Amino acid sequence: MSILVNKRTRLLVQGITGKEGSFHATACRDYGTQVVAGVTPGKGGTQTEGIPVFDTVQESVEKTGADTSMIFVPPRFAADAILEAADAGVGLIVCITEGIPIFDMVRVKRALEGRPTRLIGPNCPGIITPEECKIGIMPGFIHRKGPVGIVSRSGTLTYEAVWQVTQLGLGESTCIGIGGDPVHGLSFVDVLELFERDGKTEAVVMIGEIGGEDEELAAEYVKTSMSKPVVGFIAGITAPPGRRMGHAGAIVSGGRGTAAAKMKALTEGGVAVVKNPTQIGDTVARLLKPSKKRTGSSTRTATRRKRK
Amino acid sequence: MNVHEFQAKQLFAHYGVPVPKGRFAQTADEAMAAATALVAETGAWPVVVKAQIHAGGRGKAGGVKLAKSADEVGAIARSLLGRALVTHQTGPQGRVVRKLLVEQGVSIGRELYLSLLIDRTVGRPVVVASREGGMEIEEVAAKHPEKIFSCRIDPAAGLQAYYARSLGFKLGLTPEQIGSFHRMLTGLYRLMEQEGASQVEINPLIVTTTGELMALDAKLAFDDNAVPYRAQIQALRDLDEESPFEVEASKFNLNYVTLDGTIGCMVNGAGLAMATMDVIKLAGGEPANFLDVGGGATKETVKEAFRILLSDKKVKGVFVNIFGGIVRCERIGGGIVAAAKEIEVKVPLVVRLEGTNAAEGRQLLAESGLKLEVAATMWEGAQKIVKMVQAP
Repeated sequence: MSILVNKRTRLLVQGITGKEGSFHATACRDYGTQVVAGVTPGKGGTQTEGIPVFDTVQESVEKTGADTSMIFVPPRFAADAILEAADAGVGLIVCITEGIPIFDMVRVKRALEGRPTRLIGPNCPGIITPEECKIGIMPGFIHRKGPVGIVSRSGTLTYEAVWQVTQLGLGESTCIGIGGDPVHGLSFVDVLELFERDGKTEAVVMIGEIGGEDEELAAEYVKTSMSKPVVGFIAGITAPPGRRMGHAGAIVSGGRGTAAAKMKALTEGGVAVVKNPTQIGDTVARLLKPSKKRTGSSTRTATRRKRK
Repeated sequence: MNVHEFQAKQLFAHYGVPVPKGRFAQTADEAMAAATALVAETGAWPVVVKAQIHAGGRGKAGGVKLAKSADEVGAIARSLLGRALVTHQTGPQGRVVRKLLVEQGVSIGRELYLSLLIDRTVGRPVVVASREGGMEIEEVAAKHPEKIFSCRIDPAAGLQAYYARSLGFKLGLTPEQIGSFHRMLTGLYRLMEQEGASQVEINPLIVTTTGELMALDAKLAFDDNAVPYRAQIQALRDLDEESPFEVEASKFNLNYVTLDGTIGCMVNGAGLAMATMDVIKLAGGEPANFLDVGGGATKETVKEAFRILLSDKKVKGVFVNIFGGIVRCERIGGGIVAAAKEIEVKVPLVVRLEGTNAAEGRQLLAESGLKLEVAATMWEGAQKIVKMVQAP
């Protein structure tokens, strides 16, 4: 098991004929994802790398049974693309696009309220269930199937954590980048709930950063409702207040959203907070139940054999 | 993106939000002429001369002064212009004053606080108001949270009159004043929606002795993601208010923030860039900057990044931390070698490459003949650069 995406996921790609869209659609398919359709208005009836292209999301869903969308359209048109996918009944939307105006996302979030559609992102690397389904721009090879769920607001910093977990021979159940924008879809709490319920996830790594209150809310959730161990890291302890650190959402404003406050909240919530991000892997290995530890080289070989 | 008070007030006026009459000036002569013209219009001294910099706390720092004559305006203008104004938001070096706002003096009855921003937790705009105007809202929130009122706006319905009523009565406004408060909120909300403002703050929002509402101060920030589609808002950017390194970096789409330390960092990805700064600090050093070269670092972006980093004279060493994903490490390694040769990096350089084809990338660096240290992990790299920079 895993959360949100697996072998059966049928993916459509909005903006598939663009440079990024076609490159990553192909990379996802090469990883093993079922990429069943692409959508670019005006290019319906053509193909991109052998993937059929449709004019509308509605048509692509009707003709191919796509249930998940990956969005690569430019920021100005991304809100429209998200809502088109939601209206067509797509259950999971993964929006990679960076630079969507915040008020566009305010409208999108309001329009998605009360609907069954889930949104990941925007401004995120995507979601991957190792060895089954990759939806996004992350390098596939750094992942391996295993018991650790990873959720993060970042891209390359997530790869860093994934790589540590993989190199220790542990592996990941599902990894999700929820994105670096201030208004976004799934929150830390949403993903923690899914990991808590998932039978194959035994521990969770959560990577936050300065800005907003998502981490504080997650701390509360871990305290009250989570039985699985959680390892946390917060980026930006050295970030100056009032400055946007790359991500639109990574800003300490009015003394709120500091790394120190988030670390404190997480520690009080029972999360194992690491100050050094290179210790994420070791910490999660220590917290996994001893019987499930896969640290010795012999067990690692055994796991690998089982996978084959 | 931040704008000056006088620019914010021009936009306020355009959206029907009452502001004092004012004029913009860049020299003492202009300020004196502005004051004379203003008094001819309003019929009375004094006027207020306000230093225009992108920082709060100007009043307490001596950047806002009353003047009762044109000569006095001239003297104040000369004392402010060209000098650094140090407020609690500028840092010890302060900000050089280059622009002034000369404004009519108004008689203040009450001072209130008003702001509109996006409540990230729910993803909706929120109006925040307080009876305690003129004070830092964080201070009020800490000491008297009961004096702060807020109201979330449903973006599907827009700004409704009852928001103004529920806040207005709590602020102690009269029914007539609530009518103008509603018009004010509607204007500010439209400004947010149509111009891409992410935060509006009026502190103080005053009730004049004759009972009128007016924005005595104005702070306006724009959503950087919305600015590219609005030429009029782009035109409000003041490059004098930004660090020259940041201005240079923005030309190449590099995310750069100047810090106080000595170790320059070049990283791909914002989260990893922040984590790299944090790790440098953990290793006992101080980062000189935040620099995200983006997910797809190329030879050109790496070269520009080096050039900008090294133009900052406080940088005594550089730590390059790249996690190659889609972009393969040997290409990034090649880019670093080419860029470092062209730019002639004379300070210690530590490079950590990880991810796709990391071994090939590291070999390329090792065989380049460049004086650099290769690190296997971010932690090792941080420790190495800190040691090299601290070595006598």
